[in-house]
Formats: sequence, structure tokens, C-alpha cells
Amino acid sequence: MNRGIYKIISNKPLTKDIYEMKLEGETSHITAPGQFINILLDGFYLRRPISICDYDDKTITIIYKVVGHGTEAMAKLSEGENLDILCGLGNGFDTAKCGKKTVLIGGGVGVPPMYNLCKKLMAGGADVSIILGFNTESEIFYKEEFEALGAKVYVSTVDGSFGTKGFVTDVLKDLEYDYFCTCGPMPMFRAIEKIAVTSGQYSFEERMGCGFGACMGCSCKTKYGYKRICRDGPVLEREEIIW
Amino acid sequence: MVNTKVNLCGIEMDNPIIPASGTFGFGYEFAELYDINCLGTFSFKGTTKDPRFGNSTPRIAECDSGMINAVGLQNPGVEKVIAEELPKLKACFLKPVMANISGFSLEEYAYTCEKIDKEEQVGWLEVNISCPNVHGGGMSFGTSPEAAAEVTKVVKAVTTKPVIIKLSPNVTDIVSIAKACEEAGADGISLINTLLGMRIDLKTGKPVIANKMGGFSGAAIKPVGIRMVYQVSSAVKIPVVGMGGVSNAEDVIEYMMAGATAVEVGAANLVNPYVCKEIIDDLPAVMAKYGIKNLNDIKGCAHNG
Repeated sequence: MNRGIYKIISNKPLTKDIYEMKLEGETSHITAPGQFINILLDGFYLRRPISICDYDDKTITIIYKVVGHGTEAMAKLSEGENLDILCGLGNGFDTAKCGKKTVLIGGGVGVPPMYNLCKKLMAGGADVSIILGFNTESEIFYKEEFEALGAKVYVSTVDGSFGTKGFVTDVLKDLEYDYFCTCGPMPMFRAIEKIAVTSGQYSFEERMGCGFGACMGCSCKTKYGYKRICRDGPVLEREEIIW
Repeated sequence: MVNTKVNLCGIEMDNPIIPASGTFGFGYEFAELYDINCLGTFSFKGTTKDPRFGNSTPRIAECDSGMINAVGLQNPGVEKVIAEELPKLKACFLKPVMANISGFSLEEYAYTCEKIDKEEQVGWLEVNISCPNVHGGGMSFGTSPEAAAEVTKVVKAVTTKPVIIKLSPNVTDIVSIAKACEEAGADGISLINTLLGMRIDLKTGKPVIANKMGGFSGAAIKPVGIRMVYQVSSAVKIPVVGMGGVSNAEDVIEYMMAGATAVEVGAANLVNPYVCKEIIDDLPAVMAKYGIKNLNDIKGCAHNG
């Protein structure tokens, strides 16, 4: 983890309430896809933890959904402004455990961390499929970006306005895979847990105090003892999770 | 050169800065970020006789200039703290540490304090009396002078090191409780613990925190802490450790002027993990700005005249 000042190089909406922000600054502390950054905003006491969508040696891309006052304030930030950020937080996806035919499953605002993970797995020669789950066509984002990486992209929408009608599991049930990684809402996780046929990794969300393991605000019980979503997670292995 | 050294209950500290319990774990997460030996000391995660998971999540809610937590004393229990946490701490912190202890009965306080008192690394015991008293019908030990005195007595009877009683601000008369602890043999008083608070999510119409209520801390509570440190330090002779909303070196000076011998920094550690190091680095310049040569000279100066 490091604390630094990051410059906003772009901040734009992808859909009605989903925004993409690109930041410039130190990225050497990011060690795995699925890690997150914790952003200090003027006028807010606690930082905002947001997952890393992609990064290179000097830029970070995050995608966030406007859900409250903090993310509303983020959406109003402009190019050139600086942010105080804790970078490289959390235990991300362990790509070494992924298979040759890994399926990635992102639900809504759980899609972003799948992007760098997909990139890393493709670079390692894996055959990667990604299922993107949304409520409706107008909420879809990053479909073309995943296609540009060369992954097999499947989309499900609850209302059937695009792709498979229903949920990500309506796609997953017919796919062949030897491992899965997922990020998204709890009901989606429970549905995946019911039908998944292999090992996998889940990336969880929880209200956090510090984001780096000090306050115990985001603890959960696992088969291997108490873990902190912010430091021991957000990514946990299927085998250790207590549902 | 300015003097930042203070003496807390007979132990000299390089400076009065103490990360508060529950915001600094057992130190080693922070030792990865900076050399924590620059601290005066730190108060480790509240430890109980038995391991505790604590409350259900969500346990955290944000407020204007502060936060509410309802962690509920998650800790591995005193045996594991001694067997696993203290050895890890020994590798990164060479100064005496403040052991923060909680309990749900007098027997639990005595058991845990007696064990931890024997640990060489422990310099002080900070006894948190804000938890519910299971024998007293769930009322906190810290809300009556009699119960506070009882805890102090049983802890003093089984320990050799300075015992600092950490008081809750959620009481009608904090001075009478502080005096009762002093009379029962306490070596120091620390205050304030968090203020009981609550947030409601407008979208669901329900409390944000699973436990409904929690402890409110952060910059917003500083005036309450300053006032209570002022009141208590004028009523007792034993040292007072001040805390509540400390986020910078000026806050430290304000607490010392109110009567504190040392100052704890809590919620600010969670927002800026480097805050204690920054306060320590800034302190000499801020002292110079106000013409302070020796921190001990300003202690309780607000009481004069």
C-alpha cells in the first residue's frame, strides 16, 4: 500500500450512473487484479474504496456507480484535479489458481475488476469467457473493451433487452469451464454458488472504515477463521466462504 | 530545541502521541508503513478474556466530520494476544505498549488484566469500562461511580503496572466517576471513549449499522473531549490521557492545555494511516509557533485565571 496524490486525467459517464475515471500516479504497489484504491474526497470523513479496473506503470482506471453523496461528488470532479489516495489495497484475484478455461462473471458495478483480471489471464494464454450481467441494455458498459481483449463475451439482461434474458447463471449453466472468478451483488453470488461446478474466487463488498486492516469494521467469518474484507479479501476462495 | 517528552504514570515517553485502541490493531499493519518506534506508545486492540468476533456487519457508518463504529471488541482473546500478537509486535515496537483490556464481568477484568500485566512489553494497562456489565443487567461499568470503582479495585489488586481507566462520555457526571476511580487506586484516567450515536439510511429507512447504534468518533467530537478532559483534570490528581477527535499537532496542544498529560489519536488513523507520524513530525514547529518550549509547561494552562 502507498499513499499518494493522483491526478485525474479523465472522468466521464459510461451509462446514466456509471462513471469511468482515469488517474495518473504511482502504481507500483498494485500487485494483483481485484485490488482497490481508497479515495479521500473533500467534505467527507471516510475514504471511498473503489476497485481497480485496469492499470499500467503510471495510470489507474476505476469505474464507479453513483449511489450516494460521495460518488455524486466524485462524478463532479474534473480533469486536472488531484486526489489523495491509498493505493494497492486488499488481496486480489490469485491468477495462479485460475484454469485454462476460466470464466469471469461480473454483475453490474462488479464488472470493472474483471477487466484487468481478463487481461492478465489472456496474457498468460488462458481461454477466457466473461459473462456480464445487467438489468437492461442501457446499463451495459465495457462489452466492447472485453471483446477487444479477445475474450468470449456473453451478456445477460434481466429484462431480456440484450443478450440472454435472465441472470448470469442462465449463461453460466451452459458453459464449459474449469475455474471461475466473480464480482457482483450477493444475490448473484448465491445463485452462482448453487450451480457452479468448479473451484473459484469471489470478490466481496462491505462498508469499510480504514480499508487497510486496522479497524475491523469489515470482518467476516470464514471456514479458516475471521477475515477482513479489506485486507484478507476482498477476494476469497470458494472453499473458505461461509454462506 | 523544544521538549516533547512527557511522563505518564512514571514512564517517560518521547512525545505524548498514542494511537488509540481499536484504530491501530496490534501495530504491525502500521509498522509496514513507518517506523512506529517514533510514537510515545500505542494502545493495542481491546482485548478480552475470550475470543470475540464482535457484531454483525455493517459495523461502520460515516458522519459529518466523523464516523460511527460498532465493531464490538473483535479480538482473538488474551491467550492468543499473548501467544501470537505480542511476539509479532516485539519485532517492530521496542517501547512499552499500552494494553487495552475490556471485560463483561469483574472476574473477566481481573483474569485478563492479571495475565497481560505479566507481559514484559506491557507498560500500562488501559482498562475500558464502557462495555456492558453482564452482572449489572447490561449497564456499562463506566456509567456509575460505584461500578467503576469496583473494576478499578479488582484490577489494581492483581496488577503491578500503572492502571489507566478509560471512561465513557455517555454519563451524566463524568467527574464523579473519575474521582471514584482515583479513590479506588487508579493511576490514571483516559477519556473520552466514543459517544453513542446512530445513522439512518434514507433509502431503506433503517439504521445503517446492523447493531443499530455505535460509537461516534472523529474530528466532530473534539469539543466534547476537551471539555471533559478539562473537567476531570481539575478534579483528580492522577494523570489524564485526553482523546476525542485529535487529527493534528494543534489538537494535541489543545488537549494538553485542557489538562491532558498525553493524547490519544483514534479515528484519524483510519483516514490517514500516517497521521501519528505526521503529528510527531509537526509538533516541534507547531510548539514553536505558539512559543511553547516544553510541552509540560502548558499542561492544564486553561485552568489558570
